[in-house]
Amino acid sequence: MSAVPQALPARKHLACDGNEAAALAVALARVDMVAVYPITPQSSLVEYLAKFIADGRLQAELVDVEGEHSVLSVLHGAALAGARTYTASCGPGLAFMFEPYLRTPGLRLPMVMSIVTRDTLTPQSVWGGHQDAMSVREVGWVQMYCESVQEVLDTVIMAYRIAEDRRVMLPVNVCHDGNYLSYGTARIELPEQSEVDAFVGTPDVNWHVALDPDRPMAVDPLTGGAGGPGPAMFVRYRKGQCAGMQHALQVIGEVHEEWGRLTGRYHAPLVEAYRMDGAEFAIMTLGSMTGAGKDAVDEARDRGLRVGLVKVKTFRPFPVAAVSAALGQVKAVSVVDRSVDFGWNCGPLYRETLGALYHVQPQVPSMSFIGGLAGADITLQHFARVIGETDELRRGAPAGRTVWLNEND
Amino acid sequence: MKRQSRPLFDVTQIPDDLCPIATKLSPMRPGDWRSLRPVVNRAKCVKCSVCWLYCPVQCIVEKTAWFDVQLDTCKGCGICAEECPQGAITMIEEAS
Repeated sequence: MSAVPQALPARKHLACDGNEAAALAVALARVDMVAVYPITPQSSLVEYLAKFIADGRLQAELVDVEGEHSVLSVLHGAALAGARTYTASCGPGLAFMFEPYLRTPGLRLPMVMSIVTRDTLTPQSVWGGHQDAMSVREVGWVQMYCESVQEVLDTVIMAYRIAEDRRVMLPVNVCHDGNYLSYGTARIELPEQSEVDAFVGTPDVNWHVALDPDRPMAVDPLTGGAGGPGPAMFVRYRKGQCAGMQHALQVIGEVHEEWGRLTGRYHAPLVEAYRMDGAEFAIMTLGSMTGAGKDAVDEARDRGLRVGLVKVKTFRPFPVAAVSAALGQVKAVSVVDRSVDFGWNCGPLYRETLGALYHVQPQVPSMSFIGGLAGADITLQHFARVIGETDELRRGAPAGRTVWLNEND
Repeated sequence: MKRQSRPLFDVTQIPDDLCPIATKLSPMRPGDWRSLRPVVNRAKCVKCSVCWLYCPVQCIVEKTAWFDVQLDTCKGCGICAEECPQGAITMIEEAS
């Protein structure tokens, strides 16, 4: 039985794009320090932040640095001193950030960074695609992908709770699609400052590792090697990181539930099952493409096809149990990716789904669709094709193929 | 090698599988890493104090009939042996 709906307070509404929504969330979370380097399609996000700080709406220190490597290094220092921190990047900026980016989850610093997703070079491109975020999927950051502008605002706020939960203590990437969400404007509801204050609480960042004269310590000393306590020590920290990621699966659920009670907006924390009741086959999506996918599923249902949609919100840690449960009853599944897995000649979410399907018997025929690279549209027509081919898969067409949706556009 | 360490603060509330941190101070003294050791020939020493004057770490100590070296703090630089007018000090290699 679901909770009795309660009257929620009237809140302010406004129309804004995803970049402004992320900046509003950062202001509401009252971060202490922001370090930024602008890069398309993230630039307006940090311009909003600079404006909020200049206007006194956000009491934070803004550090303009010479590049993304310094962005994250500055924030490491701030977090080690106890600050709540934020930055945003994408594509080549994320690549330049890679060394401190690698270090962040191992330091267990609960930082929040938006990836305003952009396809990676080369070929030269400044448009949306998930290739940048997917390229860093094994680094150890939590990754959540948003579907709407409202979800961007809500998820950036929730990210602080998830990151700073003492069971997790990991950095969180909130991914929102370049172009589609970064510049797409929608009506959103803004929570009250007092509500967000109570929800996120005071920063709890450096209780375990700190730059603190009262607790002098060496941060990240040489650990590992073949002799002495090295091997066991290194394993202990790696296992701790993996445990934090697994705890995140539960914490993400709890935090989304609490946010739902506060705002009335219950975003699916790990995986959303859309019209999966009685579905014979399914399509899977990630990010803003989901809207078109849901419309296509509605149209197909109207035509009598028993198809549903499974959206993955949390990609890291990968919700293996939730995905295999969502796909437990279907006779075929297709996965639509907005990026490429170069090693497997398919999409990354497809490859992850294959792993989850290992837990499902009998084997579910599946295939991979890749679309929307470098800003290309994934339209209703593309999704209609995905649904049609998945229906054929259900009826025995060869599985395991990869289809490039925009190949002839 | 003598090793001693002491905790810098109470770390019992910090889980040991989060971020690697070092929270014990291990003071190393020159005697822990010295490669050459001064040896005084007591028969040659006339207690002229030249070694005592020149020693940069002030590790020369006065005995009843000779000057000797405090080996915890001696870094093995050999200045005493170089400066001793009697040739009473020789530098020998520390055993490995």
